[in-house]
Amino acid sequence: MISLIPRKDIPLALTVMTPIIAIALTLIVGAIIFATLGYDPLQALYQFFIAPVSRPDQIGDLFVKACPLIIIASGLVFCYRANVWNIGAEGQLILGAVFAGYVALTFPGLPGWAMMPLMVIAGMIGGLLWAMIPALLKTRFNTNEILVSLMLTYVAALLIDWIVRGPWRDPMSFGFPLTKMYEDAALISRIELPGIGYLGQLHWGVVGALLLAVGAWFVLSRMLVGFQVKVMGAAPRAGRFAGFSPSFVTVMVLGISGAAAGVAGMVEVSANIGQLQPDISFGYGFTAIIVAFLARLNPLAVIGAGLVVALAELGGDSAQIALGMPKVVTGVFKGILLFMLLAGETFNRFHVEIRLPKSAATKVSAGQN
Amino acid sequence: MLLFFFEQVQTAAALRPHLSEAFMTARPRTKTSTNSAKKAVVAAPTHQTLLLNASGIVKRFGNFTANDDVSFSIYEGEIHALLGENGAGKSTFVKMVYGLMQPDSGVLEWRGQPVTITGPQHARDMGIGMVFQHFSLFQALTVAENIQLALPAGESLSGLSDRVRRMSAEYGIGVDPDARVHNLSVGQQQRVEIMRCLLQNPSLLIMDEPTSVLTPQETDQLFDVLRRFSDSGVAILFISHKLDEIRALTSRATVLRRGINVGTVDTDTRSARQLAEMMVGEMVGDVARNTAPSDGDVLLEISHLSRPRPTQFATPLRKISLQARQGEILAIAGIAGNGQDELMEAMIGEWRAESDGIIFLKGLDITHAGPAVRRNAGIGFVPEERNGHAAVPTMSLAENNLLTSHSLDGAVKNGVIDDDAMRQAAADVATAFDVRLPNENSLASALSGGNLQKFVVGREIAKSPEVLIVSQPTWGVDVGAAMFIRSAMLELAAKGSAVVMISQDLEEVFMIAHRIAVLYDGHLSAAMDATGLTAEKVGLLMGGSAAGKGPDA
Repeated sequence: MISLIPRKDIPLALTVMTPIIAIALTLIVGAIIFATLGYDPLQALYQFFIAPVSRPDQIGDLFVKACPLIIIASGLVFCYRANVWNIGAEGQLILGAVFAGYVALTFPGLPGWAMMPLMVIAGMIGGLLWAMIPALLKTRFNTNEILVSLMLTYVAALLIDWIVRGPWRDPMSFGFPLTKMYEDAALISRIELPGIGYLGQLHWGVVGALLLAVGAWFVLSRMLVGFQVKVMGAAPRAGRFAGFSPSFVTVMVLGISGAAAGVAGMVEVSANIGQLQPDISFGYGFTAIIVAFLARLNPLAVIGAGLVVALAELGGDSAQIALGMPKVVTGVFKGILLFMLLAGETFNRFHVEIRLPKSAATKVSAGQN
Repeated sequence: MLLFFFEQVQTAAALRPHLSEAFMTARPRTKTSTNSAKKAVVAAPTHQTLLLNASGIVKRFGNFTANDDVSFSIYEGEIHALLGENGAGKSTFVKMVYGLMQPDSGVLEWRGQPVTITGPQHARDMGIGMVFQHFSLFQALTVAENIQLALPAGESLSGLSDRVRRMSAEYGIGVDPDARVHNLSVGQQQRVEIMRCLLQNPSLLIMDEPTSVLTPQETDQLFDVLRRFSDSGVAILFISHKLDEIRALTSRATVLRRGINVGTVDTDTRSARQLAEMMVGEMVGDVARNTAPSDGDVLLEISHLSRPRPTQFATPLRKISLQARQGEILAIAGIAGNGQDELMEAMIGEWRAESDGIIFLKGLDITHAGPAVRRNAGIGFVPEERNGHAAVPTMSLAENNLLTSHSLDGAVKNGVIDDDAMRQAAADVATAFDVRLPNENSLASALSGGNLQKFVVGREIAKSPEVLIVSQPTWGVDVGAAMFIRSAMLELAAKGSAVVMISQDLEEVFMIAHRIAVLYDGHLSAAMDATGLTAEKVGLLMGGSAAGKGPDA
């Protein structure tokens, strides 16, 4: 019998050591795999972890990559804390991009001070409305929000595909499924640091993402609405006893996460793409789920978790380019990294007891407190 | 049927005279209690074979010593009580005997041999069985299927069913192997748990607070079963803080107080009061009920409250009416499952009637108000279930205090929680109501049942509500904490509030209530003056008799 037993109190040293051990194990296992496949392990690990952040501009790009993950995960944290399982952030992201795109393409003459806020609001509304579908179906008819939100992702993907091939296609695009390019006012500009200049693609959306994560932390840990969310997730009956409404909380958390995903879609298009096209997200809505859990559903930790996951993504690209490593191998390595981090997290919170079925049981414990 | 029930009530009353002597100062107990012959006390161990011997057991959690040099022995076939307040270290001790924890020092001997019990499976192999306070049964499965899951694989379901039937007949347990667990009463579910232990032929059966979930009748039946086990040579370690039961069932008791073994005593030679003092370590104060003003203003009024059954297994409420007056404790007695939960939800406002004019606070119609609005209007609530209803186990006490004060002034400003005020409020409640915390930031789950109950009652009383509605206020709580909670409720009533107390515990009802109404099958009887009311009459109403001012649809 193997059982996980929650630790009563977690020593700080263990919390510090856990990710270090997890990364060390990742390096060892990764090195073995790379060596077996005939790659120089040191070279491969260098490409994964060092090469993507070896120049200042690449660090800027790392933040750019993490930006949508941080925005979406900051919203998802609310859902998962409330035990509401929104799996459809990818679809909400697409709808946010479409709504913001409507503003950018329909009113191209708007000045920058009006364009940006309107696009942000439109992005929020798009994601929020898409998330309201599972929210209302759940509160009205008790449907399962996992299925509804997931299925709506595919609807959203087909919707944007149709929009950019059909009604919104730029007549000058030579038949490519693309809309017109956004006007400058509808683009998010890069950050120009005094004395340094541009740092890769680092843009103002990244600053927004970091502020959003801090704001989410404040709401969740200091405000009554955050308290409602946590109580509903931990003990719904106690929440009703306190006078909180389960339907309200469900609608609210899906609304928050939908709006956050919508903003992420708007930022992604306005900062990196500049027009709508069939593929605007590289699965950010799904990757953000991992980010949220890696952060243990703490919005401040989402920033760190978003950067780690982004590094793994960029490292994978770098290894493919520099070493010609197949995509599947980099995928496996990314999987090992996440697995080790999540496993380390588990061992941090629980200690393991292995008992042999016979009475002469030996007890093996991994860092029992 | 009625006659049968009446006998049961009498028997139950006869089993409980000692608590009456110790605590019932308000009013002498009725005829039955003078008939104090203790039923079938198990004689001191006859064959004196030492089964389990613990010497110098020490267990520490951080710098808290849960068991400090506890020594203890139990003989074959003996029924031995382990007595102590909540947090005294009873559970810690038996967890070590059952292999769930290891002692830091000290020796456990089993049949004369020193042993290290490595886990529950090891304990079961040695012949130690344990029935926990909270059951672990799958509601959707049958009794036999549940038992099969707990036993080593290999036995067919039909063979097992036969064994269950045989053993059921032998010990008079009355468990039908084919019944589905969700159809069973709590008492029957407990017997399934006992059966599950028995099928492994234990020589020591540990029972953790087994009677806290039982009616007097069920308790009585349980004791008969336990006596038969004991006669067949099974030793029973019976954990409880109910002194009357311990005196009725056991011959020897080991008393723990704050982790220290105060002594093992012969329950025959000690009065309930002496045992209580050993347990608490000081004179147990009596709760004195004053007389309520008979003309107090009506603070809470319920008029013709009906509610369809919320689930298949629930009880519908049928035209319930009551009035709670200033300065009184109105008790709603009744056996669990007669609509208590449904009534409590309706009073809290978790469920609300659709029509107007059902619930009034000082003449104000609050029928459609939710829990927070009712709280702001001056009602405090303490639901029966502490974990997950009255409190969130995974949150701190400060956050749990906020649960029922977030809508009041000062706790939240512009949607932002005032952290200092939140902590201070919880600390004040903990101080005023003697809530003992492992440390300042303890989660609610780290508190013992009695301490958490003192907290959830205390956080309501601290707000001086005009009306306090409590359900089973001392359920599963030790004597010291129960007395504390009862005096706090009496004090609140004396200051001019109205207290509505739903309670299964007749001793408690007679001890502190001024008026008593009885809930049976969703009907509430008229409230009767407690003075001059007999336990028999209440017992009859609890059993559904229409005699007297019966509950009539």
